[in-house]
Amino acid sequence: MLCQDCKKAESTVHLTQIVDNKKVVLNLCSSCAEQRGFHSPFENLPFPLAEFVSHMVGPSKKTAGKGQKATTVVKTCSFCGMTFDDFAKVGRLGCAQCYSAFRTDLADLLRKIHGSCEHRGKAPAGTSDMLKPLREERRLREDLRRAIEQEDFEKAANLRDRIRELSEDRR
Amino acid sequence: MSDTMLDNISGKPAPWLNGIGPESFAVLSSRIRLARNIQEFPFPPTANTDTREKLVDFISSALKKIKELEQGTFFRSDDINPLDRRLLVERHLISPEFMREGSGRGLYIDNMEKVSIMLNEEDHIRLQVLSSGMSLYECWEEANKVDSALAKMLEFGFDSNFGYLTACPTNVGTGLRASILIHLPGLVLTREIDSVIGRISKVGLMVRGFYGEGTDVLGNLFQISNQTTLGRTEEEIIDSLVKISSQIIEYEKKAQETLMTDAPEQIEDKIWRSYGILMNARVLTSNEVMNLLSALRMGVSLELIDKISYKEINELMIMTQPAHLQKLVGREMENTERDMVRADLVRERLGKEN
Repeated sequence: MLCQDCKKAESTVHLTQIVDNKKVVLNLCSSCAEQRGFHSPFENLPFPLAEFVSHMVGPSKKTAGKGQKATTVVKTCSFCGMTFDDFAKVGRLGCAQCYSAFRTDLADLLRKIHGSCEHRGKAPAGTSDMLKPLREERRLREDLRRAIEQEDFEKAANLRDRIRELSEDRR
Repeated sequence: MSDTMLDNISGKPAPWLNGIGPESFAVLSSRIRLARNIQEFPFPPTANTDTREKLVDFISSALKKIKELEQGTFFRSDDINPLDRRLLVERHLISPEFMREGSGRGLYIDNMEKVSIMLNEEDHIRLQVLSSGMSLYECWEEANKVDSALAKMLEFGFDSNFGYLTACPTNVGTGLRASILIHLPGLVLTREIDSVIGRISKVGLMVRGFYGEGTDVLGNLFQISNQTTLGRTEEEIIDSLVKISSQIIEYEKKAQETLMTDAPEQIEDKIWRSYGILMNARVLTSNEVMNLLSALRMGVSLELIDKISYKEINELMIMTQPAHLQKLVGREMENTERDMVRADLVRERLGKEN
């Protein structure tokens, strides 16, 4: 589909907005989207989330390309049988294992939605040991920020060294 | 037995409306919701009825073993009739989405209506803790406890990068939605509300209507909640909502002050006029009653009216909703009859205070 503003480039940004209870769909190329002020579509628009998610994912790359990759590998979740295209249509995943099956694509999407793809919150007991170093590092970074604010540079230097040790341990 | 529970709650006010707790002049209630899924089952939207039924058995047997959930009732969705479902939506105990579809779902509600757990809504488990006033930390503490107890018995879908895995990617990570129900008549009257909403959505929060996603604003009541669930800890998410809410509360106070300095007569007139209609009307639609109660509530916060409490007004906002009225009378009613019963109820309840 061509961009509805310039009618030249292929549209890559698909927005569905509800304005005064009416559904407005915009299909734009990235530069026209930028001109309309949609730098990050998640910045300041009210929208029904699920609908938006499916728009962000689709349409699938093989239809957007120029036919040079007619035989794209269909990514399928081996547990529930959902394909990535199915997900793009409905905006909902089939099961927990889908997250492993579509990991890289989802990481991109999650970054767009949440501004991050790294969980930092609670973990079920048992998995928390794995996350301990990450949590420790996070706590240290917070302390570091405070030390710098309070201009306690000696403490800050110590904290920085400990953060460095921790992140080296992980490698 | 479960029927009596639902019959009982319609007549008595929900504890979360009692108008106490911090900032209760503006904040009616706080809510924490956690989304969880069981590792080896497909998410509810893809699962067939059989699988969903099996899950309800499986999870409900776990719920029975949790100390915090001893005082409550468990329902299967097929056992709840359409009117009762509406009633539960009006009481904010289930989502409008949960009301719609029938089979293969379950619901737990504790006797204090503080904790409710929906099984097989969009996710296997939607745990909600609801409480009056600005009390998000308290709700989180409670939700966290129940969640940890559940996690000992059930293996939740969890990924060390992505966190708790949910059917919709917008809930992944913490699975946490923190929200407050806030009354902002001053900002609506001064027409500042749009710019406030605009600013709120720029800082990762979202504003929704009375019953949550996709619902209308009624009686100047807004739901404010976090938009993103991944990348921040639960405490950070709650902190930022609390911080921004307290700013909004300040704006609301200022707006009300401005109104009283710039146009005291008009504001007083609006409030007393609303009071007069509520005390005397014979027919009241649900939209009208919400707007009038909103004005009355502002009258209480401006200390123009001292005979009525926030509790009374908060409760009326729920008890005048359609399903509540029908439960009260004990049968289904058409709009016109409801509007009369509603007016009667309001006169009776407000008259008592005098």
